[in-house]
Amino acid sequence: MLSPLILISVVLNGLLTGAVYALVALGLTLIYGVLHIINFAHGALLSAALFAAFFAYQKLGLDPYVAAFLLAPAFFAFGYALQRFIIGPASHGDDRNMLLITLGLAVFIENALLYAFHADTRTIDLAYGFKSIDFGFTFLAVPRVISFAAVFFVALALWLIMALTDTGKAIRAVAKEKLGAELAGIDVAHIYAMTFGLGTACVAVAACLLIPTYYANPRAGNAFVLVAFTVVVLGGMGSVPGALIGGLVIGVVESLAGFYFGESLGQVGIFLIFIVVLLLRPRGLFGASA
Amino acid sequence: MSEQKLPFSRRQFLATTALGAAAAATGSLAMPAVLRAQGAGVKLGLLHPVTGALSYSGQQGRVGATMAVDEINAGGGIKALGGAKIDPVLGDAQSTPDGGTAEVEKMNSAEVACIVGGYASSICLAVSQAAARYDLPYVVDVGVADSIVTRGLKNTFRFSPGFGVIAKAALDNLTTINDQAGKPAKTVIIVHEDSLFGSGLAKLLNAQLPPKGFEILETIPHPTPTRDFANVVLKIKAQNPDLVIPANYYNEYVLLARTMQEQHVRPKGIYSVLGGASSSYKFVKDFPEAARYIMDCNHWFNPKSAKAQELRKKIEDKGQFFTYELYLNYSAILLVADALERAASIDRAKLTTALENSTFASPIMPYGPTKFVNGQNQGAAPVSTQVLDNDIKAILPPEFANAKAVFPMPA
Repeated sequence: MLSPLILISVVLNGLLTGAVYALVALGLTLIYGVLHIINFAHGALLSAALFAAFFAYQKLGLDPYVAAFLLAPAFFAFGYALQRFIIGPASHGDDRNMLLITLGLAVFIENALLYAFHADTRTIDLAYGFKSIDFGFTFLAVPRVISFAAVFFVALALWLIMALTDTGKAIRAVAKEKLGAELAGIDVAHIYAMTFGLGTACVAVAACLLIPTYYANPRAGNAFVLVAFTVVVLGGMGSVPGALIGGLVIGVVESLAGFYFGESLGQVGIFLIFIVVLLLRPRGLFGASA
Repeated sequence: MSEQKLPFSRRQFLATTALGAAAAATGSLAMPAVLRAQGAGVKLGLLHPVTGALSYSGQQGRVGATMAVDEINAGGGIKALGGAKIDPVLGDAQSTPDGGTAEVEKMNSAEVACIVGGYASSICLAVSQAAARYDLPYVVDVGVADSIVTRGLKNTFRFSPGFGVIAKAALDNLTTINDQAGKPAKTVIIVHEDSLFGSGLAKLLNAQLPPKGFEILETIPHPTPTRDFANVVLKIKAQNPDLVIPANYYNEYVLLARTMQEQHVRPKGIYSVLGGASSSYKFVKDFPEAARYIMDCNHWFNPKSAKAQELRKKIEDKGQFFTYELYLNYSAILLVADALERAASIDRAKLTTALENSTFASPIMPYGPTKFVNGQNQGAAPVSTQVLDNDIKAILPPEFANAKAVFPMPA
């Protein structure tokens, strides 16, 4: 049964799953790279975004891929406001406080979702939800292929924002040298909030790409975020290409390990890689030396 | 961003991540607990996991139990106690055994006459033991682990069937269905979640299926949650079994069924034992294509009972799904109310005796008159169901069936 064609299918599946990991990790790594905090609310925000995508389809009839263009700005604004008006002021300039506040936010968002929408699992059934492309040896689900392409588009857009715009330059400046940037007249609180907003927007796009084949419930996001943490460490903290490559690598490793050793052990593959990277290249694939 | 200096070292990153994760795990479970309804009467503890991982099932259970309480109160309360109203003391087990035990303590101090609920086997095990310390009668709503009623606890009663009974009925029914169709199914792949429920079932199937003439090609475990079933389905596809037997919870069950549809994998049958989604109206409504013809052996109401259909309509009119958590809890409350009538007392010992001697016949469940032996209702049995015509029909046992099995599934 272990024909090479099956192996190719397994790798392809891994790449498709890995792309979504990459997108979730992109948001996480961006926030880490600039704010130097681990955003524990990332999973809860993903759950919230899944609900938003679900209701955009159910109440407004918006296709998730169209909704992405609305939800990304909406979640950008939400993330901006969170950092600007809650996380920033409440942390009093101490990184450790920020960490705890994001943790508190995670608890709050998760339970608010539970209160508002109950623990019910919600799914949407789209006309193309079950369409797949026939490669002869395997079928690839159309929504997953679309999300794979979209992730590269988002990563490119993010890279362009970082490389070309003034905001992008300011973000990079703050990431490298906060005090210097402040002295040069950059509004650090604003840049922090912009970064948090961008990270949150990534999560909104990820939710729109996931909802056609996945589900929304108050804890749905957590399943992705633990893996995304691993991706961030593997790719190098704060690195955009690192998150992208890291996500794909983790996806393929999980897929192969799951196929050969059973799905229960698929996760073990991820954490084995994680340990090997920590031992041999502790700054991650694309990370700067600490 | 290649030369940035990180104020956090990698070690700190890892340490804080781990700490935070631990805090998140405990933090998200720290929810308020006992809510008490006003008014005097017979206090009854309704204990369900309404927050945490099992919250959907817990909330459904609470709906069923409170509905029964409301109906009893509207009908004049407990007549043997001068029309005393049932006063529900709601508790949240927070989806953990510890959460369940803590609630038992509170309910005991609130002087409840009896506790109903638990849902998950692990919670039922802990709750029954905690309640036994106070000789507090406890009626299990769903928990199927056989050990719940085999530890000699005098206070614990289970109205619904246990795992052993369900598994035996499931295998007998499967053999019957296959034989009636001319034995088209010979090979099987089992896909199971890797905790107590799925692994236990997989082990049992591996022991019991070969003597009945089925060859097990592979047993595939997976964790909960699993985000992606593409590889599992690839394996199924490569080996082309006649039967796929999934044993997992709702979300994974749905993902698996969807992925099978997506990858055009159509075995002769999909047959579950206590399947997470296969006898769920929600699944049938959300994914009629993926759900069609799936068979299950599970807790099920008597479709020929007018009272059950009436209750189903009432629930569906409220926009909710008629799930087994709901009607099992509903029935358990009726069972307790019947015992209260006969005991004519809220004394725990008297109520326990009344439960022991119960001959209550649920108007909803296909169980017949209750007969408890060591706390287990001997008449309790599961029903085999199949998704047909966008509905779930009972196909076996014949006395409760409202449809004939369609097997093998039409291509």
